[in-house]
Amino acid sequence: MEDTGIGLWGVPLAIFAGAIRVSTPFIFVSLGETITERSGRINLGLEGTLVFGAMTAYAVAVMTGSPTLGVLAAMATGAIFGTIHGWICKWPKVNDIAIGIAMMQFGLGLAFFLGKSFIQPVAPKLPSIPLGGWSAVPQVQAALNINVLFFIGAALALFLWWAFRNTRIGLTLRVVGDSTDAARAMGISPDRVRLLATAAGGSLAAIGGAYLSLYYPGSWNEGISSGQGLMAVALVIFARWNPIGCFLAALLFGGAGALGPALQSVGVTQGYYLFYAAPYVLTLIILIATSSPTRSLAGAPGALSLTK
Amino acid sequence: MTAEANDPRLSIAAGGNASFRPLLEWLARRAEPVAIGLVAILIGLALFSLFILAVGKSPLTLFQLMYTGGFGSWFSIQNSLSRAAPLLLTALCVALPARLGLVIIGAEGAVVLGGVAAAASAMPFVGIVPPIVLFVFMAIAAMVVGGIWIGFAGFLRHYRGVNETISSLLLAYIAIALMNQFVEGLLRDPASLNKPSTKPLPKDYMLGQIPGMDVHWGLVIGVIACILSWVLIEITSFGFAARIAGGNVRAAQIQGLPVGKLIVGFTAIAGGFAGLAGMIEVAAVQGSANASLAAGYGYTGILVAFLARHNPLAIIPVAILLGGISASGGLIQRRMGLPDATVLVLQGTLFIVILFCETFYGRFKIFNPDLWKRS
Repeated sequence: MEDTGIGLWGVPLAIFAGAIRVSTPFIFVSLGETITERSGRINLGLEGTLVFGAMTAYAVAVMTGSPTLGVLAAMATGAIFGTIHGWICKWPKVNDIAIGIAMMQFGLGLAFFLGKSFIQPVAPKLPSIPLGGWSAVPQVQAALNINVLFFIGAALALFLWWAFRNTRIGLTLRVVGDSTDAARAMGISPDRVRLLATAAGGSLAAIGGAYLSLYYPGSWNEGISSGQGLMAVALVIFARWNPIGCFLAALLFGGAGALGPALQSVGVTQGYYLFYAAPYVLTLIILIATSSPTRSLAGAPGALSLTK
Repeated sequence: MTAEANDPRLSIAAGGNASFRPLLEWLARRAEPVAIGLVAILIGLALFSLFILAVGKSPLTLFQLMYTGGFGSWFSIQNSLSRAAPLLLTALCVALPARLGLVIIGAEGAVVLGGVAAAASAMPFVGIVPPIVLFVFMAIAAMVVGGIWIGFAGFLRHYRGVNETISSLLLAYIAIALMNQFVEGLLRDPASLNKPSTKPLPKDYMLGQIPGMDVHWGLVIGVIACILSWVLIEITSFGFAARIAGGNVRAAQIQGLPVGKLIVGFTAIAGGFAGLAGMIEVAAVQGSANASLAAGYGYTGILVAFLARHNPLAIIPVAILLGGISASGGLIQRRMGLPDATVLVLQGTLFIVILFCETFYGRFKIFNPDLWKRS
C-alpha cells in the first residue's frame, strides 16, 4: 500500500471520518431537543441557540485562550435562550413553534451583532484524541483523530437513554410530556419542568455550536451553521425520541453530509451542490417515510404540539 | 386607530346609548389587534433600546437614523418601498397557509426557484416576443415552480402527516442547493466570471419603474396580490371554507369540506406568490438569477406575516415599515458604527414580543362587547 493516495478506498474512509466529524453537532442538538420534546414542548429556536453558542464559545476561547471555558460559556448562553423560550411558552395562547422561529431569528441576529469583531482573530481549538497511531496511512490516521466531544456525546446518549427509564427526573419529564393533567394531579408543575427541560436542551444545543466554531470547521463566521439546529428537530422525530436512536441518526446524517466533500476529494466535481443537499433530502425522505396522517407517531410524547 | 381603544367614552356609551352599540362593538373588536400590536411594538422598542444602551450607543440617535434612513426623504421612502415589494409576496406565503393553521417558513425556497424558473423561461424568448409577453411567461413559470414547491409541503402535511414547518424549511435548503447547481452548471452564463449567474436580461426587457417614481412595478404587483388574497380569504367561499378548516379541522371534515384540496390549494397559491417575488427580483432588480436571490426575503416575510396577524391587507403597511427598517441598516452602520445585524436584532426582539403579546388577547373587557353588559 502506498503512503499517499489510497484510491477509491478514500471515499468510504472520508465518509466514515466525515460521519464522525459532521455528526457531533447533530448528536448534541438532537439530544437537547429530545429532552425538551420529552417534556411536551418543541423548541424550533435551537438553530439560533447553536449559532449563538458557536459565537460565544469562539469569543470566550479567543479572549481567555481556553476552548473548555468557551464551551462552558456557550452552555450558559444556551441555557439562557432555553429559559427565555420556556418562560414565554408558559403563557396561554402562545405558540411554541412560532416562538421557536422568533428565537431563531433573534439568536442569529444577536450572534451576528456581537460576533462581528471575532471573525478575524483565531481561537484555540478543542483537543482531539489520535486513535490512528497503529496505521501508517496518513488518511487513516486523520480519520481516526476523533474529537473529545464526540465521545462525550456518545456517553451522554447512553446516559440519557438510561436516565429516562430509571431515574426520578426522567420519569417526571416523561409524565409531564405525556399528560399535563396527570402531572398536575401528581403535584408536579408542568411549566417548571418544561422550562428546565428547554434550558437543558438549549445548553446542549450550544455545545453543538461550540464544536462547529472550535473544532470543525473551526472558525467563526455568519455562515457557520448549515441548518444543523433545524435538521436535528427532524432527526429527533426519526429517532422516535430515543437518545440512542438520536446518536445513530446523527451518524447517518453526518455520513450524508460528508458525501459531497468525499466525492470531491477523489475528483468527482459534477453536481457538487446536489451532494451538498443530500442531508436535507435524506431528512425529508425519512420524515415522509416515518410519518403517518392517521395515527400519531409511536413513542411521541402525548402533549407535544408537533405531532398533533 | 388606537383612539378607540383608549377612549373613555367608549365604555360609557357602550352601556348606555343603544343606537351606537353595533358601531362601537365593531370598533372595539377591530381595535384589539391594533392596540395590542402597538403596545407590543412599544415594548419591543423599549427592550431593544436597553440593548443599544448596553452596547454604549444612544437609542434615540438610532431611532432618528432609522426614521431618516427609512422614511425621512423621498429618496429613502422610495428605497423602503422597493424593499417592501418582495416582502409583500413572501409574507403572503406565510399568511395564507396560516389561515388554515399551517406554519410555513420555507418561502425562501420558492423565491430562489421562482427566480431560476423565471430566468430560464425568459432565455429562449428574449428578442422574439415583446417584453410584456415575456414578463407573463416569466411570472407563470415562477408561480408554477414556487406553487409546486410550497404546495408539496402542504401535500405532505395532509396526506403524509409530515410537519409542514420542518418540511418547508428543508425544502428551502434543497431549493438553494438546486439554484446553485443550475446557476453554476446548466444555466450559467459563461461571461459571468466572479459571480455565477444566468444570462442577463437586456435592458429593454427589464421590468421598469412605476412612472414618476424610482420604485419598480413589483410594488404594484405585491399590493395587488395582497388585495386579491384578502378577497380570496374574506369574500370567496373557498376562503370561507379555509377559515373553517383553520379553526377546526375535524369540524370542517365532518361538514364535508375538502380539507386536503384546501390545504394543497392554499399552500400552492402561497408558494406561487413567493415564486413571483423571485421573478420580480430577476426581472426588476438583478437582471439574472444568481445567489443574491437568497437574500433572506423569505425569512423577513415570516415576521411581516406574524406582525400583520396573517391579514393580507395589514401586510401592506407592515411590509413597508420593515422595508424602511432594513433600508436604514446602511445608514446606521455608517453613522453609528453598529454592525448591519442591528436590524436583525431589532426584528428578532419585535418578533418575540409580538408573539408573547398574543397572550393578552381576550383579557381586556374593553375589546369584548359580550362582556359589556352591566349587572
